Amino acid sequence: MKRHFALSAFLFFCFSFPSHGEGYGAARQRMVEEVLADADATASYSGISTLSPGVIAAMGKVERHRFVPAALAAVAYLNRPLPIGHGQTISQPFIVALMTDLMGLNKGDRVLEIGTGSGYQAAVLAEMARSVYSIEIIEPLGKEAGERLKSLGYHNVQTRVSDGYYGWPEAAPFDAIIVTAAASHVPPPLLKQLKPGGRMVIPLGTQFMTQFLMLVEKQQDGSVTNRQILPVRFVPLTGGH
Amino acid sequence: MPRPPFIAISLLSACVLAYEVLLTRLFSIVLWHHFAYMIISAAMLGYGASGTLLTLLKEKIAPHFGLVYVLAAAALAVLMPAAFLLAQQVPFNPLELLWDKTQPAKLLVVYLLMMLPFFCGGLGIGLVFSHFGKQASRIYSCDILGAGAGSLGVIGVLFVVPPQQVLSALTALALLAAAIAVVELKVRPRHGAAKPTGAGVAASHLLPQTADFVGNVSKVRPRHGAAEPTGAGVAASHLLPQTADFVGNVSKVQPKWLMELFVGLAVLAAVALPGIQVHSSAYKDLSQAMNIAGARVVEERSSPLGQITVVENSRVPLRHAPGMSLNATSEPPPQLGVYIDGDGPSALTRFDGSLEPLGYLDQLTSALPYHVLASQEPAHRELKGRHVLVLGAGPGSDVLQALYHRSAAIDAVELDRNVTGLVQQRFRDFAGNLYGQPGVHVYAAEARGFVNSSDARYDLIQVALLDSFGTASAGLYGLSENYLYTVEAVQAYLNRLAPGGMLAVTRWLTLPPRDALKLFATAVSALEQNGVSNPAARLVMIRGWKTVTLLVKNGDFTANEIASFKKFSRARSFDLAWYPGMSADDANRYNILAQPYFFEGAVALLSPQRQDFIDRYKFDIEPATDDRPHFFRFFKWKAAAEIFSLREQGGMSLFDWSYPLLVATLVQAIAASVLLILAPLALSRCRRTLPGAPVALYFLAIGFAFMFMEIAFIQKFVLFLSHPLYAVAVVLCAFLMFASAGSWLAGHWQDGRWQAANKVSFAVIAMGVLALFYLATLPALFQMLIHLPDAAKIIISIALIAPLAMCMGVPFPSGMMRLAGADEEAIPWAWAINGFASVVGAVLATLLAIHLGFAAVILLAVLIYAVACVALRGFA
Repeated sequence: MKRHFALSAFLFFCFSFPSHGEGYGAARQRMVEEVLADADATASYSGISTLSPGVIAAMGKVERHRFVPAALAAVAYLNRPLPIGHGQTISQPFIVALMTDLMGLNKGDRVLEIGTGSGYQAAVLAEMARSVYSIEIIEPLGKEAGERLKSLGYHNVQTRVSDGYYGWPEAAPFDAIIVTAAASHVPPPLLKQLKPGGRMVIPLGTQFMTQFLMLVEKQQDGSVTNRQILPVRFVPLTGGH
Repeated sequence: MPRPPFIAISLLSACVLAYEVLLTRLFSIVLWHHFAYMIISAAMLGYGASGTLLTLLKEKIAPHFGLVYVLAAAALAVLMPAAFLLAQQVPFNPLELLWDKTQPAKLLVVYLLMMLPFFCGGLGIGLVFSHFGKQASRIYSCDILGAGAGSLGVIGVLFVVPPQQVLSALTALALLAAAIAVVELKVRPRHGAAKPTGAGVAASHLLPQTADFVGNVSKVRPRHGAAEPTGAGVAASHLLPQTADFVGNVSKVQPKWLMELFVGLAVLAAVALPGIQVHSSAYKDLSQAMNIAGARVVEERSSPLGQITVVENSRVPLRHAPGMSLNATSEPPPQLGVYIDGDGPSALTRFDGSLEPLGYLDQLTSALPYHVLASQEPAHRELKGRHVLVLGAGPGSDVLQALYHRSAAIDAVELDRNVTGLVQQRFRDFAGNLYGQPGVHVYAAEARGFVNSSDARYDLIQVALLDSFGTASAGLYGLSENYLYTVEAVQAYLNRLAPGGMLAVTRWLTLPPRDALKLFATAVSALEQNGVSNPAARLVMIRGWKTVTLLVKNGDFTANEIASFKKFSRARSFDLAWYPGMSADDANRYNILAQPYFFEGAVALLSPQRQDFIDRYKFDIEPATDDRPHFFRFFKWKAAAEIFSLREQGGMSLFDWSYPLLVATLVQAIAASVLLILAPLALSRCRRTLPGAPVALYFLAIGFAFMFMEIAFIQKFVLFLSHPLYAVAVVLCAFLMFASAGSWLAGHWQDGRWQAANKVSFAVIAMGVLALFYLATLPALFQMLIHLPDAAKIIISIALIAPLAMCMGVPFPSGMMRLAGADEEAIPWAWAINGFASVVGAVLATLLAIHLGFAAVILLAVLIYAVACVALRGFA
């Protein structure tokens, strides 16, 4: 009886986690549904009524389990950030979706990413834009991500290991920039490399906890406006007077 | 007469206490600094569990006393570094506590690992007490002497030796204790062992009142005319066998080669054992900085105040300009990153005397006061020059900012001499002799102490933003005391302002607003308590995209000043959060939020409905006070369920993770102490001797009350002693020494008219009077004496704690003596219940202090002692 129970438990564990492509596909689909529900719930706060079809498609297509350490592949499609080594994380899928949507990308856009990490965000961007330029400051991470993106066929992503402060001048200007690496300030050179009418998205917070998102829009006259978006349905006051 | 291992026990006690203090340093470096309560709880658990083990295995251990004692000391030597190293291997990440269900289990593993050395220490000390009961008071003197020397001595050692090397030294010291024990035990003449006296005074270090009862019970004359127990008392007869001939067993220890072995190992540990590798969390700021190609450590300094690391990166230079305006076009000059215990960075900026490269400092929200001051008329301030005080000067960014704005005199106050030393010596040229510039004066002092003792009047007091954004935004400071941002602190700052002068405080921006509104509420309270009838006229606040700056003026803001305030903000796209006469139209223009939260909050906090707003707000923005100085704690239970439900819907950052960590620690402390202290007794033959309700209540109550008092005083003295580590060491040492003195007095107080219950009642009444007296007078006393040198403050602290601790030393031995005469079978349970309460009480006290304040925790402790008085009268 005990042996039977142990075998059942073993089988349950084996099959409760996705272990092959098809299983990951279903898990990914569930993740997308969860992300959509979160986005819907947050709509009145984020200003995004619903995620664009392009974002949904990209989230449903990019194989997140290939961007996390093998030991975490089984939980790759949970809607949570995961550690990827070197003190870095892969962002929560909901936050990735929200940031990507805020960038308002078109098929022909040229995008700069500061902070490649595992390359997941770059892959999502690559599904939606013409070209993605991604800079990582941590050498091993940047190299791994570059190889990974290549092996997965993301030929419209160029990666580089260098200081992101000065952006990628030879590829500038950009239609959109995303700065996922922590910085005490927004580097002025990056703002310069943003096209008039372009958008820059910056998540603020710390590893595992995005506190709010910044959407910096460059006007045609070069001035900038900034929206600060709380990615959660939350009213800080109880009751109403 | 057998001779106890006096020297060895002193060394062992010194090791254990030094280790306890040292762990708070090491955990600050590895994780974050507020794990002190967890370490105290783990220490108590180790002591409690060793007491239970001694009770249960007394018959098996007794024949091998010498060997077990020496092995316990040796095991302590090994486990002190080993437990720490193993704990470092546990992938515990507090930041993942709410994401990853395995994290609480990892926290528990760390907790249990940290318990092990204390278990060995407790076992060794308890063995000696139980074996040489007749000489308990002499042993206790050595024990306390060692403990006091250990807890205070390690602070001194930390000034010259980095903590990781201190750990090696403690290993050597414990091995030396083992070697000396071999010698001390060997030279004893063959003699029948004294009848042991107790289950081991295992918890003597943090519960010093427990220790002296061993000696005291011997003086209890049993009722019904029984003969006075031989040896050290009635308790002994229950707890340890009385007939073992320990001498024969001790002689089984081969002293010479064993002693030489331990001495050799001690020398080896001291000389050859490298400093233990301390691996900081990969998510700490320093670890992140070191991941970047080109990063290298160019300087390291260590003191009890913190481990300073200076990082240079020529390939990817640090560019620290917190919250610089999006309109800025300049960038910071080359900088070095200064990290304290791996948190930071603060920037040590290259300065060549030219002000132009410092232009970025004018693009920060903290530059606001200089513009507002510049608009002031008449020009008398221009003539005499602006006098600025920077509190928390660190490596000098705010001093550079003051220089950039042409301040004539700048007083820079920094607690840690190692930090100012970087600027004055090691990087003097790089920093352009910043702290030697004309008009700049540097003071190594605690901010509150400096402000209270200074006679100067300042045009501007700038409270620097030294903590890191990541740490603050993750809620990592939620449990720590901070006396810079309390109502009393703001009052003190305001009292040092010249007419028209300003206090400027800059904080990181959090959304929904937390720090900013709490700071605003604190300033409003301070102004009101200073007798200002219209605080609204003296406050302005701006917010950038990442920082918020609040100005509090010594006088009403003028139209000129408000105009300059608006101009400054507009030019940098900073938003106006409050100025006198502000309307909603002026808010939320550049960094657009869904609602103008900051303006609405400021308006509410200035309105008669302030308290209603604070109550309805889902974060705790009640002004911080010296009694509840947890400025960074924003957690509210009433919002917990909602926030918890939103954690995976983008709301994780709303949760102040340090609070759930505290609750998780409490739960594990309860579970671990039940399992390791109470359950073994319940499963042993002791289950037949369950104590009556009054006995259980009594020992539970005095366990909780003692820890409440001790923890509350540690936290309260952080203000006076300037640093949590000083407070832990000094307050622990004082409680140790004087509670044991009280315990000794209680035992020698043999007047027949004074029954145990009367003694306890007297002690509790005295304690209540003292506690009330301290609650009424300590704030003023601290204010008056805070400027004194550290040595003087340590002596004053010990003197203040002494009478209270002496009273607190009375209840435990009195209860034990009462039990010894009435219900000896209940003694092991009394130990265990008291141990359980101590383990849980250490964490619970922290939790209660956060919610109720130190005063309430102290009063609660007195109340619980009163309940204990009543319970004692109910003993059979």
